[in-house]
Amino acid sequence: MSTSLGAILREQYGVSRRDFLKFCSVLASSMAISPTFIPRIAEALEKTPRQSVIWLSFQECTGCTESLTRSNAPTLESLILEQISLDYHHTLQAAAGDAAERARDLAMKANQGKYLLIVDGSVPMGNSGYSTIAGISNVDALREVASGASAIIAVGTCAAFGGLPHANPNPTGAVSVSEIITDKPIINISGCPPIPVVITGVIAHLITFGVLPELDKLGRPLSFYGQNIHDRCYRRPFYEKGLFAEDFDDAGAKKGWCLYKLGCKGPVTYNACATLKWNDGVSFPIEAGHGCIGCSEPNFWDAGGFYRPLAVPTEGVAQLTQMAFAAGGALGIAAGVLNAKKRDHAIAERETVSIDDLKRKG
Amino acid sequence: MNEVAFLAWVRGIGFQIALGIFIVGMVVRWLEIFLLGKKHDYSAPKGSAVQGAIHTIFSRSIPEKSTWQRSRVQIVTGYVFHVGLLLIILFLTPHITLFREFLGFGWAGLPNSVVDLIAVITMFALLVALVRRLQDPVLRFISTFQDYLVWTVTFLPLLTGYMAYHHLGFSYPTILGLHILSVEILLVLFPFTKLMHAITLFIARGFNGATAGHKGVQA
Ligand code: SF4
Ligand code: SF4
Repeated sequence: MSTSLGAILREQYGVSRRDFLKFCSVLASSMAISPTFIPRIAEALEKTPRQSVIWLSFQECTGCTESLTRSNAPTLESLILEQISLDYHHTLQAAAGDAAERARDLAMKANQGKYLLIVDGSVPMGNSGYSTIAGISNVDALREVASGASAIIAVGTCAAFGGLPHANPNPTGAVSVSEIITDKPIINISGCPPIPVVITGVIAHLITFGVLPELDKLGRPLSFYGQNIHDRCYRRPFYEKGLFAEDFDDAGAKKGWCLYKLGCKGPVTYNACATLKWNDGVSFPIEAGHGCIGCSEPNFWDAGGFYRPLAVPTEGVAQLTQMAFAAGGALGIAAGVLNAKKRDHAIAERETVSIDDLKRKG
Repeated sequence: MNEVAFLAWVRGIGFQIALGIFIVGMVVRWLEIFLLGKKHDYSAPKGSAVQGAIHTIFSRSIPEKSTWQRSRVQIVTGYVFHVGLLLIILFLTPHITLFREFLGFGWAGLPNSVVDLIAVITMFALLVALVRRLQDPVLRFISTFQDYLVWTVTFLPLLTGYMAYHHLGFSYPTILGLHILSVEILLVLFPFTKLMHAITLFIARGFNGATAGHKGVQA
């Protein structure tokens, strides 16, 4: 059996050369790579032996795996995913129990220093018993597998930044991959869940160029996370004109006006949703009528309510306002009484001056 | 602290601290002024104190002829940036959203491009005012540290707001956070500096007008 990815796509899945090149050009454009590189991407994908991948899932909801594998079957993205040598993925692999763990050991030994580690989910640092696989705590598994990996891809906001488990009050002491592993290149593909083509794009980039794509300061590939949702949003003209939906079913919402007042976090979110879109390019949340919740940014769960507009404080201030008025009132009256006393005192202390006094001085 | 956490802080705890200090400060200053009271005037009234007060509150907004002839630039820039600030604060949609949060009701905003233009004009007027203050020997002599402080904390929200709108310099969460922070600094300083004139101006005019009105003379 041929082992290169291109051969598998062609022979086993009947993907035509034309479709394959089309896919390569989509990858290239989504990563903002010059079209002149398309043949190179195609060649690398076709010739490179299957990349060994170990996928570790920690505190996660499997939404990320769902997004990547079941988005719309069977796309070329999912084929790529399936046809990398996914040597260990406890949701997708057939083997279970000891056999599964043995497969992981084998893959690690066979590809020492060369395999790619993909992680979804955050790592609990509170009690190692919070999350274990085959009796091994998440942090131990991560350290062990990371030590032999060439690079790590943290898929989803949980692995990239801590995500939902890390949200206040963070009962398990959840942390991101980059808080534990500091000596390996880490690519954060954030999003809850991330866009499928972003992960295949990053894998293709690694295979083609053998180096990490350019990353932003949060470790995310710039080609996907360099764009601001608000800057690319098709509702932006309404924002500029001051036309806002006030409610999810009012006339403005039906006319597709801007969702800023309904809590859209597009202005503070960097992701490719507005351009790549979801479900094979069908639409994205804002197009479906819901504001962006900012899922690709760290701590987005704790960044104020999803439905509170960016311009308003994250929490109601009615009580605080009342208390401040009461405190100000009490202090003000106290100050007023003191001032009045001071004035009365000053009046009482005044020395009277008579004409005689003045005459004497003059 | 990453930028999202920073933005969450200025929208959360930071805002609460600033608002708390602002309200307490304003109420204290206001009560202090009113509790000082006004000496009762036993003379027979020759006119209405209330009418005099109302008249003066408005009439003082119109520059006197001789003052106008002496310092046109100052008066015009002063008007431009005060009116500009008011328009921006009250008619930018995100600001109205904030007011609605407090008041329970909102009003129609101006299109962003219009507010954007007003912001540029307002910043320009403020800069002219600063240059004048620095160039005029008398003005410079009577200027204190507080004058420059107050100018800065007024200018910064405009500048950061403008930068946030145009995505200049920083990432949007950072610059939006800085904008909110600059307003919080303004709120904290407001009751304890000359910025308080926004309120005391009316009290002072009212008192003067009432005294004059009682005496039946023009203030
Ligand atoms: S990032 Fe979101 S979708 Fe992915 S595992 Fe965490 S909670 Fe689930
Ligand atoms: S819907 Fe959201 S992202 Fe789109 S223009 Fe409005 S605020 Fe910006």
